[in-house]
Amino acid sequence: MTDIVPPSAPRPGTSDPEHLATIVRYTAHERVNHWIVAMAFVLAALSGLALFHPALFWLTNFFGGGPWDRILHPLVGLIMVVAFIFYGAGKAAENRMEPRDWKWLRQIMDVISNREERLPEVGRYNAGQKLVFYAAVLCLVGLLLTGIVIWRAYFSQYFPITLIRWSALLHAFCAFVLISTIIVHIYAAIWIKGSIRAMTRGTVTPGWAWKHHRAWFREIMKHAESSRPRSD
Amino acid sequence: MALQSLDIVRRSATTLPEPEVRLPVGTKQVSKLIDTTKCIGCKACQVACMEWNDLRGEIGTNIGEYQNPHDLDDSTWTLMRFAEVENTKGDLEWLIRKDGCMHCQDPGCLKACPSPGAIVQYSNGIVDFHEESCIGCGYCVTGCPFDIPRISKKDHKAYKCTLCSDRVAVGLEPACIKSCPTGALVFGTKDDMKQHAADRIEDLKSRGFENAGLYDPPGVSGTHVMYVLHHADQPELYSDLPKDPHISPMVRTWKGFAKPLAVAAMAFAAIGSFFHYVGVGPDETDDEDEEKAAKLAKELRAASAQPGATPGRQGATPTQEKAP
Repeated sequence: MTDIVPPSAPRPGTSDPEHLATIVRYTAHERVNHWIVAMAFVLAALSGLALFHPALFWLTNFFGGGPWDRILHPLVGLIMVVAFIFYGAGKAAENRMEPRDWKWLRQIMDVISNREERLPEVGRYNAGQKLVFYAAVLCLVGLLLTGIVIWRAYFSQYFPITLIRWSALLHAFCAFVLISTIIVHIYAAIWIKGSIRAMTRGTVTPGWAWKHHRAWFREIMKHAESSRPRSD
Repeated sequence: MALQSLDIVRRSATTLPEPEVRLPVGTKQVSKLIDTTKCIGCKACQVACMEWNDLRGEIGTNIGEYQNPHDLDDSTWTLMRFAEVENTKGDLEWLIRKDGCMHCQDPGCLKACPSPGAIVQYSNGIVDFHEESCIGCGYCVTGCPFDIPRISKKDHKAYKCTLCSDRVAVGLEPACIKSCPTGALVFGTKDDMKQHAADRIEDLKSRGFENAGLYDPPGVSGTHVMYVLHHADQPELYSDLPKDPHISPMVRTWKGFAKPLAVAAMAFAAIGSFFHYVGVGPDETDDEDEEKAAKLAKELRAASAQPGATPGRQGATPTQEKAP
């Protein structure tokens, strides 16, 4: 999926990034899919938080009031799960934890202090991104299963009350973990400049790839070189 | 003062106290007392409930038992449950229990409800559903230790016995009480009902029901509907009346300490992120990084021209090997 897009060939030594090739990090398909998941997540999180704490009940106003909040929440949640299946299905291999990822995690103080020169080289995804992936998978599975059990309008009647009570608690717990994770995920995109461009326009600069995902950068440069011989 | 005459002491999904300056002087906690030992299972109470509350359930099917309809539903707020129990002497006992909302002093439905004011408790102890505010989520069902609330298939609102809060508010007794032909149902202040029950229990014990007793479960801080049982040691004989009802620990956790803690933690994640941005700042890619990237790319290109070499490992990332 990754590829070099050469508006012009990379010109070593130039200080103007406009003249460097950009690297495709997310295809249009991946970007659209990501933002469907993201929008569904925001709506599910807000409509769910509205029913979690009374101080947040006012959030039901975004959905047309309490009953509409209750009606829409599970449907939006289903959209999120289905969209995530499409998004995450092909990403499991890329998110496998490697020894260098554990080292990266042990050096988390260097990560949050912007000292990436001390960190091991990072592949397509860093350990933090991989943990977000696993948190999303586990939480969404948990939210889906418990959500069906507590979906009063259609399914709760088929389950015993003890299971419904456990599910209500676990549903809230999974949602809490997922929302906290996504808050960090959103902040990381604001923090690491160039990430939002990667997920909105699809491309990153070679400098960005070199700085944050060097092993991935090597990989695609090698791939680009072998598959696409250059004249310069 | 519009709604204060309702004397609401507790509302669902409300974190601050209700208006409590105007606490009615002299209002006592009320209770319905259901004496199962006097009940003949005539269902007059069921009919009176339907009549007063304008409830007409769908006509079901007879499956060869007296219990009819088979379960509580949105239009059946009270139901005679008929249990046939063989006692230790080999005799059959027909234990008939009028089921319906127990009006817990500590109501699990009210604790679980996410909609402000959809469930209220009056100063006289009655727990009432305010269907206009009900959102139909069914959390009250999850919270109730007695399996009482029912979500209507028609309007997706929760319904249950109101203890005829409308009648009680104007000094009348609940409709079911008025209809009972044997005096098995009585209504009054909770103190009076306990006294009445004590007299009944004494009488029952003198007639051989040594385990006769009052059902006023402390697990929910007592109820505003109490039973006199011949076998108070085995309430589950009466169509699974719970022996020690209490709000489930899962519901207590979910709608108790987890709620403020989780919201605080999520807010902390957002605030902490903001202060990271302010304190440490963004991680930007600058011209120097672009140059280093170009340099590494060039070396990789050169290496692929000369197979066998592994450049870049040292050249482009000189500090990487020194990483702690």
